[in-house]
Amino acid sequence: MANRTFIGLCLLPLAVFSLAFLALPLVRLVMASSEGTEGWGIYLQILQTPRYLQTLLQTVLVSLAVSVVALAISTTAGLFLARNRFPGRGALLSVLTLPLAFPGVVVGFLIILLGGRQGLFNTLLPGHVVFAYSLLGLFLGYLYFSIPRVLLTVMAATEKLDPALEEAARTLGASPYRVVFDVILPGLAPSLVAAGAIAFATAMGAFGTAFTLATDIDVLPMVIYTEFTLSANIAMAAALSVLLGLATWVLLLLARSFAGATVAAGG
Amino acid sequence: MTLTIRNASKTYPDGTRALLPTDLTVGEGEILSLLGPSGCGKTTLLRIIAGLETPDAGTQVRFDDEDVTRLAVERRNVGMVFQSYALFPNMSVRANIGYGLKVRKVPRAEREQRVDEVLALCRLGDYAERAVTALSGGQRQRVALARAMAPRPRILLLDEPLSALDAALRDSLRDELAAMLRQFRITAVFVTHDQAEALAIADRIAVMSQGVMQQVGRPEELYREPVSSFVARFIGNAMPLPGTIADGHLILPGGRLPLAAGTSDAEVFVRAEDVHLDEAGPLSGTVETVAFSGGHYRIGLAGVTGETLFATHPGRQAPRPGDSVRLRIDAGDLLVLPQDRS
Amino acid sequence: MRLTLPRLLQLAVTLLTAAFLIVPAIQSILAGLTVNYFRGLSSGFTLRWVGEVWRLYADSILLSMGLAVACLGVTLVIGVPAAYALAKNPGRLSRILEEFISLPLAVPGLALALALLQLYGSMTGFRTSWTFILVGHVLYTLPFMVRSVLAVLMAMDLKSLEESAATLGASTVTRFRTIVVPNAMPGILAGALTVVTLSIGEFNLTWMLHTPYLKTLPVGLADSYASMRLEIASAYTLVFFVMIVPLLMAMQWATDRAQRISR
Repeated sequence: MANRTFIGLCLLPLAVFSLAFLALPLVRLVMASSEGTEGWGIYLQILQTPRYLQTLLQTVLVSLAVSVVALAISTTAGLFLARNRFPGRGALLSVLTLPLAFPGVVVGFLIILLGGRQGLFNTLLPGHVVFAYSLLGLFLGYLYFSIPRVLLTVMAATEKLDPALEEAARTLGASPYRVVFDVILPGLAPSLVAAGAIAFATAMGAFGTAFTLATDIDVLPMVIYTEFTLSANIAMAAALSVLLGLATWVLLLLARSFAGATVAAGG
Repeated sequence: MTLTIRNASKTYPDGTRALLPTDLTVGEGEILSLLGPSGCGKTTLLRIIAGLETPDAGTQVRFDDEDVTRLAVERRNVGMVFQSYALFPNMSVRANIGYGLKVRKVPRAEREQRVDEVLALCRLGDYAERAVTALSGGQRQRVALARAMAPRPRILLLDEPLSALDAALRDSLRDELAAMLRQFRITAVFVTHDQAEALAIADRIAVMSQGVMQQVGRPEELYREPVSSFVARFIGNAMPLPGTIADGHLILPGGRLPLAAGTSDAEVFVRAEDVHLDEAGPLSGTVETVAFSGGHYRIGLAGVTGETLFATHPGRQAPRPGDSVRLRIDAGDLLVLPQDRS
Repeated sequence: MRLTLPRLLQLAVTLLTAAFLIVPAIQSILAGLTVNYFRGLSSGFTLRWVGEVWRLYADSILLSMGLAVACLGVTLVIGVPAAYALAKNPGRLSRILEEFISLPLAVPGLALALALLQLYGSMTGFRTSWTFILVGHVLYTLPFMVRSVLAVLMAMDLKSLEESAATLGASTVTRFRTIVVPNAMPGILAGALTVVTLSIGEFNLTWMLHTPYLKTLPVGLADSYASMRLEIASAYTLVFFVMIVPLLMAMQWATDRAQRISR
């Protein structure tokens, strides 16, 4: 068999599968968004409906807060774990990366165990401390699955930093603090931007966690879900999905061109 | 086997001409070296012989009487040693060497016997069961050679077989490789950019530059009778003597040298070992640098030509930088070549 | 390690974060083994809830395992040859194709599920079969397989290895079988473990694609969180942990190993 033919054959299953189950469905989704009474005007309608705008804003704000906090925490912990060797480090690292494969629903349930009616805080603290179903609970849930992803990105980037740069700065008289701000953080910057963007995009599209916790909170994935199942407003669900998908995709594309990271969205 | 190449050329899709039409014949059992700087087309020519590169239309490659130009690489029965050796990391030394026999469906017993023979020939018997990743550079090279030879190929092709080794090892393995190739008695073509390698190993050398074959000949011929300034410079580092030619003399800033009668419109070259310090010599110059290299001194001289001229001085003592010296170049040692028009 | 003030602060942040991640997980493990969580651990330990979970959700657990195996099979058949083809032609077109099949990593599962439902929702036979969920899982996990294998293939000198095999007489198919696949093994292994781990935990797509008769493990989890008592929900989560944690650890080990080779 000629080389070209064989390579063509190798690509064939992939081509057939992604055409049938990725390309065509996505085209269909975009078309479906225009099949309501508004036609393509549905995208304009989204921008003119306060409820959708409110949802959009709320989703962006929660996701932004999650990214910033996850970055701060993970950079601190990641630098600490990458630069120090001590007994128990391996175990600590395992704990911090374990939630990587937890589905969003499980993360939601774990937040309920912390902040639900039978939760840890309500049992230990006096008074009524229930936050699982509030915006704070959602924020903590998103934070829960964002920390491991950001942490791994930061640690990978730290290992690639040339230690000679830090040593050079130290020999030139820089204090440990200056080294962090003048050498380490600038060196990590591209990875931090990428990791932040990944955390943001993941939080924007997180469905499982919102499904468990956000029964009373309007975030974009939940609104799409209710438009589809309860209101049977398929055009609106499709239009919002297109917007959400486009936003997260563009964001991750930008992040990748920054640092070349490959991390999955999920949650 | 006799290899005959007619009109071989290669043009890449972007229009780059890697090899301009070239003819070459390599005789039965002959070792030919393709020598030239990187990008001269030597590797392209080797890959055309192997069948790894599709040449331009009009090219003809013959193994004895068989036209193999359109024969797929896996059917050509060539043995090739790659620059990186390309040993299969998922296989032991023995499995690497037996691979060519296995894919040709040689029965197991015969295969083992052939592998054992080659292992012994290449002095690899002690390493047969090792992983190839656990071998030193020199051992890897021998495995690559053994693997290429095991299926008894019609021709052996070697692409820079010594360049992956570090400098100290390279010199000792060069002679070893030359001895092994002789022992195989196989027609072989080997590509190198290192003239010392080519001179030491090859029966004949083909010097290439910018996709063109400049000269083909025995090492001594290329050294003593280069046909172009490129060959003169590339083999033995001949230095130009840029001066004017008038009434049978070459006139240099440092003096005059007699030339053979009727010479005009030519470039003159000389090698460092042919420049002698001689108090009665016709040329004068000033010593710039003196470097001791064991058997001789290498002396850099200013004022003889426009640039620095080097002399190899075998004496036990050398002049010092700043000294004025007189020089002699014997007429028979001058390389008088036609002007390079390109 | 000398403990300076900044180090102490870093350690405190690290430990607090670890606590935030591990405490609720431990809670859920304990709750799943406690007779009555509301009364506390003093009510005693029991495996009753785990048994209950098996009685209620055995089908879901088995379905998820079957789906994971099927998903692995499909991603191997599609992904490994595709990664090879992409590695052989590292041009712009390959980059675009790789980017395209990676879309399911960037586009939320909910949107992908809606897209699939829009196109295939009316094909009842397909819509209600387990293969519909399988399509979703393959869609989501395929890019991991392709990228994992591709990274290893790109790191090795594929061209020389294949060329040397060719000069030794190996045909295209033989080279793929005897050279490409064995040397890509670390990437294939890492990809396979990732695919199985993600398939077992996949919820976002599956929730939209499943039918009442075909609930996967995570769908069952969501169901138990909504309608079962806390102990059963916890016990079910415990069962999930027992399945996913060893997989996750194996996956991280295999990925690290593949990345070391890629360097």
